[in-house]
Amino acid sequence: MEVRLGGFGGQGIILAGFILGKAVAIYEKKEAVQTQSYGPEARGGSCLADVIISDEDINYPMGTVPDVLVLMSQDAFNENHDKIAGDAILIVDEDLVDASAFRKKNKVFKAPATRIAEEMGKKIVANIVMLGFLTGVADVVSHDAMKKSILDSVPKGTEDLNLEAFEKGYEHGKNSVAN
Amino acid sequence: MKAVLTGSHFMLGDIACAEGALAAGCKFFGGYPITPATETAERMALRLPQVGGHYIQMEDEIGSLAAVLGASCAGVKSMTATSGPGFSLMQENIGLGIVTETPCVIVNVQRGGPSTGLPTLAGQADMMQAKWGSHGDYEAIAYVPNSCQEMFDFTIKAFNTAEKYRQPVFVMADEIIGHMTERVVIPGPKKIKLVSRKRPKRKKNYLPFKPDKDLIPPMALAGEGYGIHVTGLTHDARGYPVIDEETQHEMVTRLIEKIRRHAPKIWEFEEVMTEDADIVVVSYGAASRSAGRAVNIARKEGIKAGLMRLITVWPFPEKRIKELAESAKAFVVPEINMGQISREVERFASGRVLSVTHAGGGMLSPEAVLQKIKEVAK
Repeated sequence: MEVRLGGFGGQGIILAGFILGKAVAIYEKKEAVQTQSYGPEARGGSCLADVIISDEDINYPMGTVPDVLVLMSQDAFNENHDKIAGDAILIVDEDLVDASAFRKKNKVFKAPATRIAEEMGKKIVANIVMLGFLTGVADVVSHDAMKKSILDSVPKGTEDLNLEAFEKGYEHGKNSVAN
Repeated sequence: MKAVLTGSHFMLGDIACAEGALAAGCKFFGGYPITPATETAERMALRLPQVGGHYIQMEDEIGSLAAVLGASCAGVKSMTATSGPGFSLMQENIGLGIVTETPCVIVNVQRGGPSTGLPTLAGQADMMQAKWGSHGDYEAIAYVPNSCQEMFDFTIKAFNTAEKYRQPVFVMADEIIGHMTERVVIPGPKKIKLVSRKRPKRKKNYLPFKPDKDLIPPMALAGEGYGIHVTGLTHDARGYPVIDEETQHEMVTRLIEKIRRHAPKIWEFEEVMTEDADIVVVSYGAASRSAGRAVNIARKEGIKAGLMRLITVWPFPEKRIKELAESAKAFVVPEINMGQISREVERFASGRVLSVTHAGGGMLSPEAVLQKIKEVAK
C-alpha cells in the first residue's frame, strides 16, 4: 500500500509522512519506508511525502502509484490528482483545494483540516488533523498506533494540542465514511 | 544522554549513520554541511556534546578532513560526512590519511554530479573517485549501505575496519538511502562489536611506522610521550622523510599489501538465488533495491536470475565474481552512474557483462533492470 501526502513547505507534510510511517513500522510492526521530495525553498514550495506500507520487506523504496492520496494544496492537487490507482481514495483539504477538475470515479473525501486547526487557534496542527481524518477514513493504520506515534513525534508540551487535533480529524473522518 | 540509543526507531538514513558512529565510539566530527549529508552533521552537532565528544564546523571540507585526521592522531575515533563536491575537496587529505595511516571514517552521501550537480537528488557516480580520487597508489575500503539499518550498521563496520587497518574508510551512501526513513533497530551496547587501533607496548625503540607481521604498525598517540613524526612525504619506519626509490618502494608496497593481503577478510557481499543463476545481477546501494525487485520478478517469470549485492565495493570481491563467472551466462550491473562498477565486473567476469546505467537525479527503476535481464535471457 502506498500513501502519498502532498502540500506546500511549512504545512508539516513530511512530518505527517514520518508520523504515519513510524506508526506502522514501530507500533504495528509492519514494514514502512518514507521518502520525500521538495523544492529548494524553505517554505512555500511544493512538497510530497510517500509512505510505503507492507507486510513483507520493501525492496523498491520509492512511491509509484498511490492507493491513498492526501492533498493539502492546489499545486499538489494539480500535479498529483491523476496519478492514482483505480481503487484508490483521494482526500483533499476542502478549503485549500478545488477538486472540481477531478474526473475519475475514485472515492473523494473532503476534509476541513486547516479550518479545524484554525478553529483550535493553531493552524500549525492542520497536518495532525489531516492524519486523524486519514486514520478515520482509510484502512491504513490503527487509531492506537497513530496516537502513540504522534505522542512520540511532536515537541514536548504540545502533546494535548496535537492529540486533540488528531481526535477531531479522526471524528470527522469517521463521520465522512458514515455519511 | 547515551551514546547507544538501544531500541527500535523510525529513523532517517543520515541520522542512523550518525547514531552508528556514536555507537562505534566516535567522539569527533569535523565537517562542513552539504546536502544531502547535512542531517548527519546536524545530528552529530546535537549528540556529540551529550556524550563528551566534540563537533567542529570547519571553514571547508579540506579543513574538515584535516581536523578529523588530527583528532584521530590524538587518539579519538573521528569522522566527517559530505557529498560529491566536498568529497572532491577532501581528496588531498584522504591521501594524507592513507600515507600517515590515520584511522577515520569519511561518509559520502552521493548526489548527482559532476560539479555542483544535483544537490537534492541521488547519484552513485563517486564510486571510482572513492577508489582513485587522491593521487598516488593506494587501496580504498568502501562500504555501501542500501537501507537505514545499514547506514547504522555499516558506519560501525567502517570504524572497525579503519581502526583495524589504520586507514581512512569510506561509507559510500547516496541521497536515496540518506534521505529515506525506515525502521532502525539499535542493539544494546554490549552486543556491538568494536575494534580499536593496535597500540604499542613499550616506548623503548618504538618506531611509529614499523609494521608487525600483519603489515599494520601499532599506533602511538600524539602527546603520549612516544617519539613520533607524521608527514605526507614518503617516510621510513621512524616517520622521517626519506626521498628515495627504495623507501618509496617499501612504503607504498606495504600500504598496498596491508589491504590486499587482508582483502578476503575485508570484502563483503550478500547473495540471493545465485546458486543456479544463469544471470547474476551485481548491484549496490540504492540501485540494489531495484535490482532485488527485478530479480524476484524475473524468477517468477521462470528466468534463473540471482543477485550479488556488494557490501564493500572496495576492496572489490573479485574472487567471487570469477567463481560466479564459471557458471553464469551473463552479468547485469545496474548502478546510478554511467557504468563505473560494470567495468570492474568486466575485469573479472569472463562472460558477458551488461550495464544498466542512470545518469543520476532519481532511482534506477526495477523495470530497466528487468528489461536487461530479459534481453540476456533470450
